Amino acid sequence: MIGELFTAQVLLGILTSGIRLATPYLYAGIGETFGQRSGVLNLGVEGQMLVGAFAAFYTVRQTGNLWLGLLVAILAGALMGLAMAFVSITLRAKQGISGIGFFLFGLGLSDLLFQTMLGTVETVSGFRPVAIPLLSAIPVFGPVFFNQNLLVYGAYLLVPVAAFVMNRTTFGLKVRAVGETPEAADSLGVSVTRVRYITVTMGGVFSGLAGASLSIALLNVFQQNLTSGLGFIAVALVYFGGWRPWGVLAGALLFSMVNALQLWVQVLGLPIPSEFAVMMPYVLTIVALVVAVQRVRPPTALTKSFVREG
Amino acid sequence: MRKFVKLLSVLVLLTMVMSACGRGGTSDKFRVAVVTPSARNDLAFSQSIYDAMVKVQAAKGGPDKFEFVISENMFVVDDAGAAIRDYASQGYDLVIAHGSQYGGVMQEIAPDFPKISFAWGTTVDTFAEKGIKNVFAYEARSEQGGYVNGVIAAQLTKSNVVGVVGPIETGDAKLYVDGFIAGVNASNPGARVTVNWIGSFSDVALASEAAQTHIGAGADVMAGTAQMVVGAIGVAKDNNVLWIGTQASQTALAPDIVVANQIYDWSGIILEIIDLMEKGTLGGQAFEITLANKGLYLEYNAAFNLPADVRQLADKTVQDIISGAIVVAP
Repeated sequence: MIGELFTAQVLLGILTSGIRLATPYLYAGIGETFGQRSGVLNLGVEGQMLVGAFAAFYTVRQTGNLWLGLLVAILAGALMGLAMAFVSITLRAKQGISGIGFFLFGLGLSDLLFQTMLGTVETVSGFRPVAIPLLSAIPVFGPVFFNQNLLVYGAYLLVPVAAFVMNRTTFGLKVRAVGETPEAADSLGVSVTRVRYITVTMGGVFSGLAGASLSIALLNVFQQNLTSGLGFIAVALVYFGGWRPWGVLAGALLFSMVNALQLWVQVLGLPIPSEFAVMMPYVLTIVALVVAVQRVRPPTALTKSFVREG
Repeated sequence: MRKFVKLLSVLVLLTMVMSACGRGGTSDKFRVAVVTPSARNDLAFSQSIYDAMVKVQAAKGGPDKFEFVISENMFVVDDAGAAIRDYASQGYDLVIAHGSQYGGVMQEIAPDFPKISFAWGTTVDTFAEKGIKNVFAYEARSEQGGYVNGVIAAQLTKSNVVGVVGPIETGDAKLYVDGFIAGVNASNPGARVTVNWIGSFSDVALASEAAQTHIGAGADVMAGTAQMVVGAIGVAKDNNVLWIGTQASQTALAPDIVVANQIYDWSGIILEIIDLMEKGTLGGQAFEITLANKGLYLEYNAAFNLPADVRQLADKTVQDIISGAIVVAP
């Protein structure tokens, strides 16, 4: 019976679903990676995603313009990120608790706006799948990888770009320096505050995009608490990925593929209780996390406010 | 800064005292408070009780005679407990806890307010055996409409694969899905029902992917229950797959593909509860909405061109369930 899982139809189905499911994790996780590498843990990702998701959805509903929706989501995410930066960097509030505060703020704000401006669940016409010429014609895998909507492509393109910026540019070097030894970076003339403001705001922008990828590309709907914990999983994936963009990609894909696998396990009627199937992605993630954590250490200055001495 | 904090504390205290005084007054209005796990406009479970309250308010003479308030999104049971206790303290006549997860807090709070009525669902347990006399219970025999929906799905599928997206395999959702499967099997033994329990009432993204999985497996008709199905309906719409809804009308989300919805109408039993309360009974009875008492009914989407023979078969199935010719086991 298990053999039913290994048919081309099922394996391709799992791949396609996994690629889609991983999209919001990639945006949010990579944004968070930059923040954490610079020393700021932002647990408000979920709230930023919700605000971004609503902003994009409402804009598209009112104007029909998907790009404008995306822009508004970016701006909303940037504002949320900037606010988090102000509280955690300038006011030096404890990062963990202020992040939770921003999560609750985003949850409440997006719900309030939804109730007052929409009042009921609606749908919009979002980004449609775009087949990439030639590549999408590759037998079997073409339609899986190269017939997705633009925000899915964007998420996967973001990974190498983020890895390049982090590892091969002066900005990336500054981010890493600020997250490891902020005092040393500061003594060399790098503004710790400015770098952290940039990364945390950038994190907000990507969280906003993650929200938009749900509300105007993958689901095309907005509902109260639309993200339903995805933002927290994205934060966990940053740890899982060892604070590296490629690691985040690996974690996001693993979690999403196993989630897709459990959906198929149930559809095929394999004799596994649904409760157990639903647990699979989480159990696997915990196991992988335990293994991963022993391998890499977090940025030294993570969660530590910077105060210039003397 | 310290002065500011002091001032703020005084202001907060004052506000609390004033609001307590304001609501503590007696009134000849009938006052009902409802606590729901999700939003009142979730197109599903919470919406069904909200719509019912609007109906009851109209039936009882409008807002001047009948007042109701609703605390939504109480997915954290402790928060719901605090809200239920608050409403009882404020002297609401009836406090409705709309979610089977609220049983524990209901059992704890109700004995502290013996003059106030409580109702909770979906369940049959009024805690009468534990000596509690002021709790009503209610449930939906959702397997009945589930069976009818299954019959419709079985008739409409051409691929003979019907997909169902469920939240957690328990309570009302399980009843509905079991009824649905029985309906499909009875009406079209050649059809296969694939079921996905996604383990969440709120994960819209996973519900959407669950629907994709069904379509990947060949489903051309889908159904589902709970508030996260909006994700699945979106997928059905994009793929031109038919959708059959339950709990509240989901037609507005996708008028082209929604065939019919089983609607929950709690207003009848709430009116019965109020009637009993006015006669001095504050609890101890369990109610159910069924096809027979019209608490459950099928709403067809007028914009969908349902073949006449399928409509006839569905209507006949409803009648057979009401008459007892078809017994859908809960």
